[in-house]
Amino acid sequence: MNEMANIEQAIEMTESKISANKVQVYYGDTHAIKDVDIEIQPRSVTSFIGPSGCGKSTFLRTINRMNDTIDICRVEGSIRIDGEDIYDPKVDPVQLRAKVGMVFQKPNPFPKSIYDNIAYGPRIHGLARNKAELDDIVSSSLQKAGLWEEVKNRLDEPGTGMSGGQQQRLCIARAIAVSPEVILMDEPCSALDPIATAKVEELIDELRENFTIVIVTHSMQQAARVSQRTAFFHLGILVEEGSTQDIFTNPKDKRTQDYITGRFG
Amino acid sequence: MTDTTISPKVAEMPANLPFKSKSLYEVDDLTRKRNAAERRFKAYGVAAVCIGLFFLVVLAYTIISEGIPAFSRTIVEVEFSLTQEQFDEAEGQLFKTKAYEQIFIGALQGQLQESGVSVPFDATTIERIVGKPGNTIRTYFKANQDKLGDAVGFELAASSRVDGYMNGRVTRENMTDSRFLQKTDLDLVDILVDAGVIKTVFNWNFITGADSGVDNPGAAGIGASVVGSFFMMLVVLFLSLPIGVATSIYLEEFAPQNRITDLIEVNISNLAAVPSIVFGILGLAVFIQFMHLPQSAPIVGGLVLTLMTLPTIIISTRASLKAVPPSIRDAALGIGASKMQAIFHHVLPLAMPGILTGTIIGLAQALGETAPLLLIGMVGFVARGYPEGLIAGFTDPNSAMPAQIYTWAARADFAFYEKAWGGIVVLLIFLLSMNILAIILRRRFERRW
Repeated sequence: MNEMANIEQAIEMTESKISANKVQVYYGDTHAIKDVDIEIQPRSVTSFIGPSGCGKSTFLRTINRMNDTIDICRVEGSIRIDGEDIYDPKVDPVQLRAKVGMVFQKPNPFPKSIYDNIAYGPRIHGLARNKAELDDIVSSSLQKAGLWEEVKNRLDEPGTGMSGGQQQRLCIARAIAVSPEVILMDEPCSALDPIATAKVEELIDELRENFTIVIVTHSMQQAARVSQRTAFFHLGILVEEGSTQDIFTNPKDKRTQDYITGRFG
Repeated sequence: MTDTTISPKVAEMPANLPFKSKSLYEVDDLTRKRNAAERRFKAYGVAAVCIGLFFLVVLAYTIISEGIPAFSRTIVEVEFSLTQEQFDEAEGQLFKTKAYEQIFIGALQGQLQESGVSVPFDATTIERIVGKPGNTIRTYFKANQDKLGDAVGFELAASSRVDGYMNGRVTRENMTDSRFLQKTDLDLVDILVDAGVIKTVFNWNFITGADSGVDNPGAAGIGASVVGSFFMMLVVLFLSLPIGVATSIYLEEFAPQNRITDLIEVNISNLAAVPSIVFGILGLAVFIQFMHLPQSAPIVGGLVLTLMTLPTIIISTRASLKAVPPSIRDAALGIGASKMQAIFHHVLPLAMPGILTGTIIGLAQALGETAPLLLIGMVGFVARGYPEGLIAGFTDPNSAMPAQIYTWAARADFAFYEKAWGGIVVLLIFLLSMNILAIILRRRFERRW
């Protein structure tokens, strides 16, 4: 019996896209993330929820090593993507970030044209051999992000001149353009109005077919709407992780229950 | 009854919390005080701006009114012809230039008589007005013997005293008779002006020429020093901008935060406050005595001023790098740009306007700096001409504009005083064109989105 369980676990582990094992994150002396183990499934949306300061964003940023830019930040444990430890000394974080794209809380298009915003990533990674290929990447990325119809006639206009929701979808298109396998989204809708939010959520749902998506959100409704699996963080600890339906209808932990019913947070 | 509709809790509220506050139409004391304070502050601000403007206007007026005379010069225009016999006869004499001078005086008298003016004057008076014209005339005819017999017009520079009389510096009241000029000479000058012999023309030589000796203020020009300053600024720009920007990028983006970088930062800030003459001493010791670079050369001046400009550029560049929102860095890193790509493709272009502002402030400071030039020999040097060629522009001894102005201001002859003011006008024009260039460049870099 025991052996069987081990094999089952092993099968599950090979299936998951991202697997984190005993991850610890320290900011100087502060222990921000404690012992997080999580398996993230490919071609699905996983959402991280939890009160402010619970470490969900911090954990998200360890997945593409954006935390490397913070001097005092230190990560222990292992995070594997397709079985490869991304904190292995042989791994170049720049290469990793091409594979694991990121969309930020505040839309942050480059102060360049819409075209250049999308084309920048493919250019630096050498994904297009000529202008025609680059044009293709730009248009297909914008199409995937559902922005093509809105901007196809003004690709040379500044990306910063669009509305907030359009900017955020531009940022998603920019992330898609380098053909990542995983897209991390750090509260992508917190700066958007409900209509723009709905559009972005719809987009996330469509992208699920091709990408593994991890989204941090403050809105439990959003987590319920877009994600298949949900993880609840509290005070740096991964309290509970499971299918979104289970988490919201039948939480095992009291803290999860308290949080989703609005008793704290 | 309305009372009955109020719930018991509200009715129990303390009496000193009225239901209706005071009318908004009445301004209470505290608000009145605050408004008064605001008005006072605005008045102080306007006063401060006005004082600043007043001094600016006074300064501009003084500079322009005192500097204008430097841009005009007084000439004595005489037209006459010299025959072959006269030429041969003059060349046969012992004092040849004296002979030519006599011919000149004769011609001048003739010209005056033609215009119906008859006035007696002698050779010494003429010498006081135009110096000794004989040599100029002789040199011309010796070189152009084919012009003998033709009518040739001569423009001879009037003496600096006459020049001063023409532009108001010398008057009958403030002058004393001396071997340079006598009051009676001025009567002759007036007559010559009426006859159209003495004229005031624009002094191109002041803009294009080189410095003259102490005894000839009329021939002094600032052109050579402008060239010296220009080459110095080239050195400063091409050394301090790349070094300064590279330093700032490293310190701001790459350097680890530790004691060594802290120490470097403190030192850079302190360097910005070091008196400029200290940099001059350093330049003398290091560049001239140790490295044996040529004295008085723009390259040495440029090196010294580079040291002085670096802290300014580094501090402003770091500030403008810091001002670029971190979200742009995140965006670039997030799609897999390397740190250097993020900085050079995204952060630096956004910081460029600030970097250019810092650079232009640094360059403007360097352009007007005199003290360090004192020590590397760019002040005492009298530039007699332009450097020959590009390399020579850097290595040949030359002067710089502020050094030249300082030299003129220190000379005894009062005529140099107006040259100094004129030099300041040229310096300011140079500075202004540099600033305009920077503004144009900044416009090109600035992104309005």
